[in-house]
Amino acid sequence: MCGLFCVWKMLKLKVAIFTLLFLLLSCFSAVAQTEEEISDTTASEEPSYRIPKLAPVTNLEVQDSPDDAGGEIELTWKLSADDTEDNGLVSKYVILRSQNRTSDFHIVGVANHQDTSYIDKGTQDGTEYYYKVVTFPKYEGEVRLTREEIDPLMDEFPEFTELGIKDVSMLAEYDRNLAAAFIDEILGISAVAGPVKSSAQWFNSKDLDTFIIGLVICTSVVIFIGLARGGRKLFLRRIGGLQAIENAIGRATEMGKSILFIPGIQDMDDVQTVAGITILGRIAKTIAEYDTKINMPVSRSIVMTTARETIKEAYLSAGRPDAYSDDMVHYITDEQFGYVAAVDGIMVREKPATCFYLGAFFAESLIMAETGNSIGAIQIAGTAMPAQLPFFVAACDYTLIGEELFAASAYLSGEPKQLGSLKGQDVGKVIAMVFIIVGTAFATLAAVTGSETFLEITNMIKSWFSA
Amino acid sequence: MNPKTIKWIIFVIVLSAIVLSVYFVSLDRGSFRDGVFVTTAAFLTLFIMSFLYKDNPYYKFAEHLFVGVSAAYWMTMGFWGTMVPNLVAKLWPGSVRGVLPALADKDPSLWFLIPLFLGIVLLMRLSPKGGWISRWALAFIVGTTAGLNLIRYLRSDFIQQVNNTILPLVDKTEAGISFWGSFSNIFIFVGVLCGLVYFFFSKEHKGFFGGAARIGILVLMLTFGAGFGYTVMARISLLAGRMTYLFGDWLGLIK
Repeated sequence: MCGLFCVWKMLKLKVAIFTLLFLLLSCFSAVAQTEEEISDTTASEEPSYRIPKLAPVTNLEVQDSPDDAGGEIELTWKLSADDTEDNGLVSKYVILRSQNRTSDFHIVGVANHQDTSYIDKGTQDGTEYYYKVVTFPKYEGEVRLTREEIDPLMDEFPEFTELGIKDVSMLAEYDRNLAAAFIDEILGISAVAGPVKSSAQWFNSKDLDTFIIGLVICTSVVIFIGLARGGRKLFLRRIGGLQAIENAIGRATEMGKSILFIPGIQDMDDVQTVAGITILGRIAKTIAEYDTKINMPVSRSIVMTTARETIKEAYLSAGRPDAYSDDMVHYITDEQFGYVAAVDGIMVREKPATCFYLGAFFAESLIMAETGNSIGAIQIAGTAMPAQLPFFVAACDYTLIGEELFAASAYLSGEPKQLGSLKGQDVGKVIAMVFIIVGTAFATLAAVTGSETFLEITNMIKSWFSA
Repeated sequence: MNPKTIKWIIFVIVLSAIVLSVYFVSLDRGSFRDGVFVTTAAFLTLFIMSFLYKDNPYYKFAEHLFVGVSAAYWMTMGFWGTMVPNLVAKLWPGSVRGVLPALADKDPSLWFLIPLFLGIVLLMRLSPKGGWISRWALAFIVGTTAGLNLIRYLRSDFIQQVNNTILPLVDKTEAGISFWGSFSNIFIFVGVLCGLVYFFFSKEHKGFFGGAARIGILVLMLTFGAGFGYTVMARISLLAGRMTYLFGDWLGLIK
């Protein structure tokens, strides 16, 4: 019995020990499980802003923009290692500028990812600037914070306020302290580059080809003007519409009706208006000789002044200064269609025998030419506006097409300056024809043979004519 | 037209305008004031369109109203849009504080004395004895503009045109020679060269040169034909716009 009691006691002790051990294990297990569960919960709430730190751009170089009028600085860099064409982490590069190497940087612009250069167009010539480029990550989330929550962040990070509320508020989606960490740990900030100053250049080397071509043509013009002044007779072919001018004036004289002259709706700063007024000088002289009437409504005050001067001189040279009147030229309005309405009214009421449209025209061309046609007037037009030429060709008896307007001006005036100018322009046309033929020949050979040499020659010729 | 008839016509027009304005209001399209403006604009449109029939008093009324209003408008625009901000505000910034406060605090720019001087010189045209002085300002305007435009035209009408015309006459693609591509390039090449020949004034258009010039003018006419059709379509759309105004904005027949 005593033995049984002893065994029972020993078993009880072991059971107690095992029970105690079991309980302890259970507790540990429960604690471990709770910790694991808590850990899991935390992991599921992990914010999506975990973006690896972006590599900054490298080799950031700054220089004054060449061949410009000042006020521009050019930045170039090598792409961030994280800015790859396929699925890169970079969304943009933010350009920061300061007049101080270490502080006061502010945003002056943003370049797209994959861009390796940026031109800062807001610099003051002669002032030293420092730059750095910040690589900014892609972020497509949306955050809605109140203004009260955002403003302190804005104040805290003034460099980034210009990026917009969304970007800054994004930093504080889960943790305000993240904003500070974000700048250092996620954005790739380049080394500071500078100092650099912007300045204007006297010569734009990019326009060297324009300069050379312009020089050749202008030299030709000067040479031909010299020849014309020296008494050399410069040949100009006859221009169809010009033969009709005198006939048209004669017709108006015979019919006892007036002549309507429209110099377009542009001011004297348009070369077409200048050409039209030059032709007006010759027409007005004939009108003065034939003692016919001229009516010239205009839409620009300076054109009115110039036209009056021109007609007055023409009447003077024709020996009829007494017949001149300022009322021959009268201002209507600058408004395009107001002018057209008035001119149409004049046409149908006065029924001029001849209408001249010589100058720069826009949408009013067809309205005027059709009205002139409907009253049976002889119409002679001339303009270099490609979009309006079809209407004049359709509705007028004679049309001076494009450069014929300027040629007519030179032809009629007979002035050495204008004749020389026209001959000089012919030189330009020869140059154009020669290079088109040569360039096309090499381009065709390159296409047929596949030769790299021919292709290079073609590209070289084309590069000489790249505006 | 006798004065009595004219009075009746004016009476009928005014009465119609009032009735139509009331109709406009009845459609809940705006206030009576809006109705008067829309109806007046519609009547003026009809007056201008009446010119298609023949010249008449309605057209004359609309024409004179248009010319008078637009001339006054442009004069006002010229003064407040050009003279004040570009001259007065540059020379005497403080004087425009009441109308252009943004420009009032800037430093005066004495460079603008030059355009002021040229403007006064241009007005010398009004002086019977000093009229010749205005030619200097005019010469400055014409000369400066010609110089500035020279570069622009040289680039766009000459250099860029030459560049764009240099094309291979044989258009080779991966699938072989493209017939239409080659035809297009040849057409451009021949068309441009012949066009240049047409505008060459130092040689009479005879023989081979004359033939090339004829092709040149043919190409130009083809271009004009295409341009004519294109622009007529644009004009039709303007007419459609006016019709939409009359039948939609005014009468409310088009929704």
